[in-house]
Amino acid sequence: MFLRCLSTLVLLLLGALGAAAKDAKPVVNHCLECHAAFDGKLGDPARQFPDDIHATRGLTCADCHGGNPSQEDAEKAMDRKQGFRGVPKRSEIPQLCARCHSDGAFMRAYNPSLRTDQLTQYGTSVHGKRLRAGDTRVAVCSDCHSPHSIRPASSPLSTVHAPQIPMTCGRCHADPMRMKPYGIPTNQLDDYRGSVHYQTLTGGDLSAPTCATCHGNHGAAPPGVASIERVCGTCHVFQEQLFDQSPHKAPWQAAKIAACLTCHGNHRVEHTGDALLGTGGESLCLRCHAKDDAGGKTAQRIYADLTGLDSNLGDAAAVLDRAERAGMEVGEARLTLSNGREKLIKARVDVHTMIPARVEQNTEEGRKLALQAQQAGQQALAEYAYRRKGLALSLIAIAFVVGTLWLLIRSIERRPPAGEEVTRP
Amino acid sequence: MPRLSQQLREWFQARFGTGTLDWLTHKQVPRHHHTVWYYLGGMTLFLFIVQVVTGILLLLYYRPSPGEAFESVQFIMTKVQFGWLVRGIHAWSANLLIFTAMLHMFSTFLLKAYRKPRELTWMTGCVLFFLFLGFGFSGYLLPWNTLAFFATKVGTQMMAAVPVIGNWLLTFFRGGEDVTGATLTRFFGFHVAIFPALTTAVVGAHLFLVQFFGMSVPPSIERTYSNKPVPSYSFLPSFMLRDLIGWYLALGVLAALAALFPWELGVKADPFAPTPAGIRPEWYFLFLFQTLKLIPGRVLWIEGEQFGVLVFGLAATLWVLIPFLDRNPTGRVGKLITGIGAFAIVYILAMSLWAWRS
Amino acid sequence: MDISAPEAGRVATPGRRRLLGFLVGSGVVASLVSIIYPILKFVLPPRRAEMDAETVAAQANELAPGTAKIFRFGNQPAILIRLADGSYRALSAVCTHLNCTVQYRARERDIWCACHNGVYNLQGGNVSGPPPRPLREYAVHVRGKEIVVSRGSRT
Repeated sequence: MFLRCLSTLVLLLLGALGAAAKDAKPVVNHCLECHAAFDGKLGDPARQFPDDIHATRGLTCADCHGGNPSQEDAEKAMDRKQGFRGVPKRSEIPQLCARCHSDGAFMRAYNPSLRTDQLTQYGTSVHGKRLRAGDTRVAVCSDCHSPHSIRPASSPLSTVHAPQIPMTCGRCHADPMRMKPYGIPTNQLDDYRGSVHYQTLTGGDLSAPTCATCHGNHGAAPPGVASIERVCGTCHVFQEQLFDQSPHKAPWQAAKIAACLTCHGNHRVEHTGDALLGTGGESLCLRCHAKDDAGGKTAQRIYADLTGLDSNLGDAAAVLDRAERAGMEVGEARLTLSNGREKLIKARVDVHTMIPARVEQNTEEGRKLALQAQQAGQQALAEYAYRRKGLALSLIAIAFVVGTLWLLIRSIERRPPAGEEVTRP
Repeated sequence: MPRLSQQLREWFQARFGTGTLDWLTHKQVPRHHHTVWYYLGGMTLFLFIVQVVTGILLLLYYRPSPGEAFESVQFIMTKVQFGWLVRGIHAWSANLLIFTAMLHMFSTFLLKAYRKPRELTWMTGCVLFFLFLGFGFSGYLLPWNTLAFFATKVGTQMMAAVPVIGNWLLTFFRGGEDVTGATLTRFFGFHVAIFPALTTAVVGAHLFLVQFFGMSVPPSIERTYSNKPVPSYSFLPSFMLRDLIGWYLALGVLAALAALFPWELGVKADPFAPTPAGIRPEWYFLFLFQTLKLIPGRVLWIEGEQFGVLVFGLAATLWVLIPFLDRNPTGRVGKLITGIGAFAIVYILAMSLWAWRS
Repeated sequence: MDISAPEAGRVATPGRRRLLGFLVGSGVVASLVSIIYPILKFVLPPRRAEMDAETVAAQANELAPGTAKIFRFGNQPAILIRLADGSYRALSAVCTHLNCTVQYRARERDIWCACHNGVYNLQGGNVSGPPPRPLREYAVHVRGKEIVVSRGSRT
């Protein structure tokens, strides 16, 4: 029985091996063999390509460069008459990649979820338009995706993996020499690195916005003044909706003043604080408004509301801390306090309406909650004091007993014959 | 008032005769400059009674399961009226109890009160002390907080070092391979059923022996009064009333400690969390802990930890058997034993301090 | 109250003894009261006689499928959702972004934070918006007519 099983197994294995050997194409890629012997420009592609997603999916050098990889002889293998393309012209690269990537039916066999509109998108981008106009210094596919180390965006090694994107764009856009002919600034990368978005991204949140999130990837272009609000609003939905209700909306639109970035900046979007409102040194409002005009007064009022609630919450937290340090349990009050803090968070979002009454709805509720928490904390402190009073009272009773007992002992022992006749019948 | 007490006395005497009361009022307690040590046993007894009362009260709300233990203690401390006080007193009193028991034990040792005929009194006392340590060790785990969880893990791990039966002991006390909810259930059983039953019996025997033999007079006092009788006062009321004063003072101290220094609850134990730094046992186990840390990995042919456990086991056994080793307390052997005991006390103090400071 | 006879030293009179006995007695009674009072208070259970490990989040017929409610779990709000298939799920209701309290949206069948439009799915996973982490899940048991939520994980 055992032998029969074993022999069946062996036969099966042999059969499988034979089938595999029959199916496999003879893998002879003489491009790689020869080019790997070169140093530098001619050799690097041969070393990089084996890890490229295209290589792992079975594509070869010839699929992009043409030629005949099975020819050992270099002359014959790279015969222009045989369709060898050599290094593609930069202006041709988008079309070259699009041969496959714009072919929905073809791409479905590899990655059905991959979009196939990259070339169309690229055509709408500043890069694509300039390329069409004959400027070959602009970015083409291989500039962002790399020529021979292309990996899916989900791979941390990819040049288009979210945390890598700022560097990939910055390679050109942060280079003053390269940007000189276009007369555009080169401080975007530095600015972005000072932003909350970058902090979030490097903090491990891959959904945080990078260059491509606002500018688009294949269709990369600066969003116009009119669309900035929509771009930011894809994530900051409430802020967008609330801004639409604000008195800024109409006049800014008319005067072509951009929403969002007028206050928050574009690439360097920093953490906000209440001090950006009001009429203090950091005030953004005073850039346009005067301290005593209607806008300045509104700013002052909202600022006072928010900071007022903030300090109320701080006071309540301090009381609760004190009670907790004294060993009292104030979990319930902490819950109230965190509800109050939630109101402050909502009020800070409501700031985008720039309508004081709207902000006050939340700050007023928050103030009540803060007060409630503070009272609970004070009650806990009172309870602590009450415990000490109770302790003092019981200590007094104890001291009294100890004292009178001592006197009693002395009075008993001062009786000449040591307290005997009392206990004797 | 005197009428009523007179009536009560007569009622009692009509049934039990005059013997008991006569014995109590005639019982004399020697009075000399070491008399103060006589109060420590009574103090320990009082604290034990406090533990019984507060322990029973805590049982009304405590739930011995890993899912609920921590929360139930938290509940006691925050929601139940005076729960903070009951739990605070239970925790503080436990520590004071071990402290007074230690003082009591070392004072009887240094005053050689274990001399014939009080060998059994000494031995039952030693058993009580070990039982109190058991109470402390098992009770420490019950709130199921991180510190207790890991201290218990380390503490029970030492049992594995006991030769031959180590692994059995470990499994027995942990209720499994590791410290888990099963350990909690077990420790709860020890803490509220097995130890109290044993302790009640042994305390009864210990008290009976103390009353049967009366107070021991230290050799130095005996020598001072060579042939004259040692001065004394009555057990009732003189000694008893003084005891009462001591108990009241202890009660005041307990109340003050519980009210002013609330016993912490810590953070709920998470068996999967990495062991936090600074895990240490209760203060009365610190000297053991420190010694085991100091012993090298291998002593002679046995493992360091095993060596330590063996040495401490031997020391504890000798300690219990001291009355039989010290046949002639004033002779050379007696003095040697006093010296060794004094060294042990200094050693325990020094090691505890060292572990506590580090 | 006390006249000491000089020739016999300070000998206590029976009157002084009686007074002292009375004082000791009343002191002991006072201190016993201060012991028994806390005990009597302790023995009576507090109004909310359940502890934080478990909470009765709802009654069995309280929630229709596809609805949810916020309840207090320990010191934090939590959300109990009755899914379309009638089963229950309990999650922490504290948004992982800035600790606002989240809410169930019946139409979208998701959990939503009103502060910054954070969206979680009904498993508690963070789907969109600022929340960096999923919501913590609690264990739900149906015990008789009560829906009991406890801290233990479901797995």
